[in-house]
Amino acid sequence: MSGLPIYATTGQRVWYYTFRVICGLIFFFLIAPIAVIIPLSFNAEDFFTFTPKMLALDPDGYSLKHYRDFFTNNDWQQALWNSFRIAPMATILSVSFGTLAAIGLSQQHVPFRRVIMAVLISPMIVPLIISAAGMYFFYSRIGLQGTYWGVVLAHAALGIPFVIITVTATLVGFDRSLTRASANLGADPVTTFFRVQMPLILPGVISGGLFAFITSFDEVVVVLFVGSAGQKTLPWQMFTGLREQISPTILAVATILVALSILLLATLEILRRRSERLRGMSPG
Amino acid sequence: MTDAATGPDQITGATPDNALRTADRAEAGPVLSADGTPLKTSLNRALRREKMRALLLVSPLLIFILVTFIAPIADMLFRSVENRIVADTLPQTVAGLDQSSLEVPGEPTFEDLYFDLFLAAEAKKHTQLGTRLNYESAGVSSLFRSSGRRLDDIGEETQDALEDLDESWGEAGFWYGLMNNADDSDDALLKSERARVKALTAEPTGGDIAFAPSAEIAQILPRTTRAYTAWAVYIALIDDDVVAEEEPWEAVYAALGVDLERDATLEALATYAGPGADQLRAAAEADLPSVDYRAAFVEMDDGWGETEVWNTLRTYSSEYTIGYFLNAIDLQLTPNGIEKRPDRESIYLMLFQRTLVMSLIITISCIILGYPIAWLLANLPMRSANLLMILVLLPFWTSLLVRTSAWKILLQQQGVINDLLVWIGIVSNTGRLVLINNQTGTIIAMTHILLPFMILPLYSVMKTIPVTYVRAAKSLGATDWTAFWRVYFPNSVPGIGAGSILVFILSIGYYITPELVGGTSGVFISNRIAYHISSSLNWGLAAALGTILLAAVLMLYYTYDRMVGIDNVKLGG
Repeated sequence: MSGLPIYATTGQRVWYYTFRVICGLIFFFLIAPIAVIIPLSFNAEDFFTFTPKMLALDPDGYSLKHYRDFFTNNDWQQALWNSFRIAPMATILSVSFGTLAAIGLSQQHVPFRRVIMAVLISPMIVPLIISAAGMYFFYSRIGLQGTYWGVVLAHAALGIPFVIITVTATLVGFDRSLTRASANLGADPVTTFFRVQMPLILPGVISGGLFAFITSFDEVVVVLFVGSAGQKTLPWQMFTGLREQISPTILAVATILVALSILLLATLEILRRRSERLRGMSPG
Repeated sequence: MTDAATGPDQITGATPDNALRTADRAEAGPVLSADGTPLKTSLNRALRREKMRALLLVSPLLIFILVTFIAPIADMLFRSVENRIVADTLPQTVAGLDQSSLEVPGEPTFEDLYFDLFLAAEAKKHTQLGTRLNYESAGVSSLFRSSGRRLDDIGEETQDALEDLDESWGEAGFWYGLMNNADDSDDALLKSERARVKALTAEPTGGDIAFAPSAEIAQILPRTTRAYTAWAVYIALIDDDVVAEEEPWEAVYAALGVDLERDATLEALATYAGPGADQLRAAAEADLPSVDYRAAFVEMDDGWGETEVWNTLRTYSSEYTIGYFLNAIDLQLTPNGIEKRPDRESIYLMLFQRTLVMSLIITISCIILGYPIAWLLANLPMRSANLLMILVLLPFWTSLLVRTSAWKILLQQQGVINDLLVWIGIVSNTGRLVLINNQTGTIIAMTHILLPFMILPLYSVMKTIPVTYVRAAKSLGATDWTAFWRVYFPNSVPGIGAGSILVFILSIGYYITPELVGGTSGVFISNRIAYHISSSLNWGLAAALGTILLAAVLMLYYTYDRMVGIDNVKLGG
């Protein structure tokens, strides 16, 4: 479909290039907001727009002061630390429960498979504000509201659908005769799991874990309700910053988070290729 | 886009149920397995074991989700109809209230109200009830608060009169001796008062209180015994004091005053010979101040003499109510049935409508912007498509708050977009566009945020449309447009459906972005839910609004599941 055939009419030519331009504009719409904040975060002034100095590419117009603020400000550092305390724990919970369940769900005979699947995926579908409201009510009753473990459990629940989806997708391509062969050669189920099955589905498990991690790391609605001041995470701090007095430090934080997502995206892409190679498909 | 589904019947080979079917078909006598049992039984057992193993693997997660996620949702559904606070705080009043009447009740109900409210005020729960009823009828909150402060005065009058008559009425030990009788106690009364205090304070009240109300005195002085027992339960278990060493609170004196005015009490006292008999007879003969409870309440606050407060109490006295749901759709429960709320209080239907309309606009914008991109990605060679895919996936993976803050900064009046427009000369410096804190801001930002959720399903459907279809159409004489509209587009409709439902589901429940860029005119129903949870504290209404929203989402989820299959969702790459 690429390129125009030599017999294309003028009308077709015009449409072909117009279409490319339209697509270019839409891509611009997708990427520009994220791209713009990166240079803005190096602004030497406390403005949210490009200063004349910046446009003239004058080095004086740029500085790292917002980054310095982020790394020295106590609120931001505490928030960053809280995020790194909560997200990995929630990830560990979702991945361990989720992988086990995904293996169970991919067995040949699972009673009520559809219902179980619908229940396990529901945290992804139910609007966050409703999950947050319900968790706030229920966790207050059982004394988990405002505690570290309350937030961790809530985030783990939100991350589970992603683990289930990625790991079951990986297990679709898993060759069952491998486990039978392993059992036949005398391995017990635990050995079979860790030495045969796990290495093969590992890419899926890791990408599920990354999804769960980013879900928790980015999550703000639930932590806003279930957490207390002691569990203030990075997104929460950003949310307060945006709602009350908006400080340019947010731009620096945003840039750091964009860098983090690029890193994550690259890791996922590598994992996907590896997984497809393991399953004998051509890398796409 | 995951690959083919894994239904049990698609697996061919030696699985137990395939073998079972083979065994069923066998015409010969029962086939035996190696250990001598019929093959069918043995295979059945294997199948059962396999099912059990699958369930065992799933069960930890299922329990985890049930506790951390499903239970909270169920709790929210329950809260949307639960209304025990009225009956818990004013149990006797509610029980004695004539539901069919529309008038201010008589003296007995006011007496009940006094004793209920007294205990509630001691437990500091009367203000909560006031807040609850204030949602339904403005002004009730201050009525309860002001009345709660002045309840002591009524009892004090009787207390002073009694103590003037006989010093022993002021002694804790005398009261304890009069009321306590462990050998012949009214256990039902004690049990019901324990339950009452528990319902009121939400504290456990099962502990030992070293007091048992005497059955005999409960017969003669019913109100006093009840008031004393409630006091004893409260003192012993909530305040951690010893019943026998504390002087009862004013309500107990007031109750004695009420009891001693009844003729039945005087008759019963004539034959009474238990502890405190002389003092009781003396008190009965003396001229104690007679309290008109109705007048006393009306004097505290005029509201008690008006039908509005009482009708609100009657309407909301049941343990479960549809009142919150009615409020959520701008109706209200009144003694005359269901009525429409006054216009200035009607906002929820408008908010629901706005949420739906704006979600629809966002979904349509996503289709318009997403379709060309998905088409391009599906038709470009793999290498360049993968490169361009990064431009779609990067926003998808970038933190929601980063994207929202980017829009907040770009759309400001002094922001980059307005600067650019002024520089080009489309708008003048004074006529800068207002792009934020209104519906435009919400629609722009949310379209950007949800666009990848439209592109990815569309892309995966378009990937499966063979290129040859369009070529065939063209070779049969179709123009470019006809080939697209009659051949390509119908094939891509499932993708539009899947993407639209996904975007629509996500957008009607959105909270963060409307909150930050929506101002007041661009907020959704979720923002109102958040407001009721954290600011107005009207949790019941928040739960009712949430339940309605949840029902809408689940309906769409069901459609999505039917159409696409929930386990066929692909994430990223």
